[in-house]
Amino acid sequence: MALEAKNITEKSKWHEITEGNQIWEPATSKHFNTGEWAKDQPVFIEEKCTQCLLCTPVCPDSAIPVKDMKRLDFDYDHCKGCGICVKACPFSAITMEGVK
Amino acid sequence: MAKRERLSGNEAAAIALRQINPDVFPAFPITPSTEIPEYFSKFVADGLVDTEFIPVESEHSSMSAALGAEAAGARSLTATSSCGMALMWEELYVAASDRLPLMLALVNRALSGPININCDHSDSMGARDAGWIQLYAESNQEVYDNFVMAYRIAEHKDVRLPIMVCQDGFITSHAVQNMELLEDEEVKNFVGEYEPEHYLLNSKESMAVGPYGVSNYYMESKYAQVVAMENAKKVAVDVMNEFSKMSGRQYGLFEEYRLEDAEYAIVLIGSAAGTAKDAIDRFREEGKKVGLLKIRFFRPFPGEEIAKALSKVKAIGLMDRAESFSTQGGPVGSETLAALHRAGNTAKTIEYMYGLGGRDIKVEDFWKVFDELEEATETGNNPSGYRYIGLRE
Repeated sequence: MALEAKNITEKSKWHEITEGNQIWEPATSKHFNTGEWAKDQPVFIEEKCTQCLLCTPVCPDSAIPVKDMKRLDFDYDHCKGCGICVKACPFSAITMEGVK
Repeated sequence: MAKRERLSGNEAAAIALRQINPDVFPAFPITPSTEIPEYFSKFVADGLVDTEFIPVESEHSSMSAALGAEAAGARSLTATSSCGMALMWEELYVAASDRLPLMLALVNRALSGPININCDHSDSMGARDAGWIQLYAESNQEVYDNFVMAYRIAEHKDVRLPIMVCQDGFITSHAVQNMELLEDEEVKNFVGEYEPEHYLLNSKESMAVGPYGVSNYYMESKYAQVVAMENAKKVAVDVMNEFSKMSGRQYGLFEEYRLEDAEYAIVLIGSAAGTAKDAIDRFREEGKKVGLLKIRFFRPFPGEEIAKALSKVKAIGLMDRAESFSTQGGPVGSETLAALHRAGNTAKTIEYMYGLGGRDIKVEDFWKVFDELEEATETGNNPSGYRYIGLRE
């Protein structure tokens, strides 16, 4: 019986869930769209961004993807909208305004 | 070769643990369980075990450390009594729901108040719904044997539940009895190594223990615990049969004493069974058909099996050593009654409370119980309510 986290859902029967709800693999949080919890989410203003990357390490949900040393737009599936990145950005390249 | 010894129940428990050689033993002292970690820490100091012994600052910590160690992949345990168990209340549930098969050496003592250090079952009976296997003992020999068998039951892949190995405070824990010890090698081979499939210190696998269980998962998790508890019955019987081959001592989920042709029976747990057997022997000499059913496993509760064993008796005294304030009796009474009802057994019952806070129960008390059972049967009066025995009225 494959008890991988991605196969365990709200439809799983009692015997299709791991013993004690244990998780036997890493990085399973990506299966859960925690972005659904957000009330407000930040907006990335690319033209103001200097790619200093101060925002990425402070994100508690790893919701700021980085590729080739450059940050990309937010991963809204996982951004819970805490706004920490807004405070971390010295260039006002991230704002919570105008989004829901 | 078995060795004859004379030991207290606490010493016997500590010796069994030395022979088991567990990995981690965090402990905080509380009467009357203190001696178990005390004797054991001497074994640690003398280099007789490889156990990591952790003196912690409270029982909340001892149970937390024990279950953390168990999750890490270590065979662990702690010991406590009464208020100590009350302080580890939350962790008892965590250990069970996280499916960590650690052991708790519980020496039964009244849980306050009034403050009291003597035996009754109010501590473990309060925790009967925590999801732990509960195993009780009548004698020091049974205490020792239960310790040797406990991990095999708890750690079985079909079970994976924590186990509480209970004994009566001061009665078995401190009184010295003659008994037989197994050889160290025999115990070592019987218990074996603990090799969990999943554990936190496994460098080849990432693992999370104890994640949040939202409403959509909670009932499924609880039901899985129930199934594991049901499985524990068969596993326990298998382990006890295997133990019997090694030791010559056969145990069951409960013990039947002169019950085969009994008209009147009592049901109880723990050391009072010894006194009850004496009372039964003397009543039998007078031709009275009386017997005893001594529960060893209260969790899982062998309801169906108990009802079957009691199917021929006319009246049953259901005797509890833990007040429940239901005003109908205690946990042994209500659970046995439920099992009898389910089996369609309409034997008369009287629920008794005895031995609270270390109150002695005597041979004469059991005679009184049997007399009352006989009277209720002969007069045809259905006894109502439950009563205290050994109370100044």
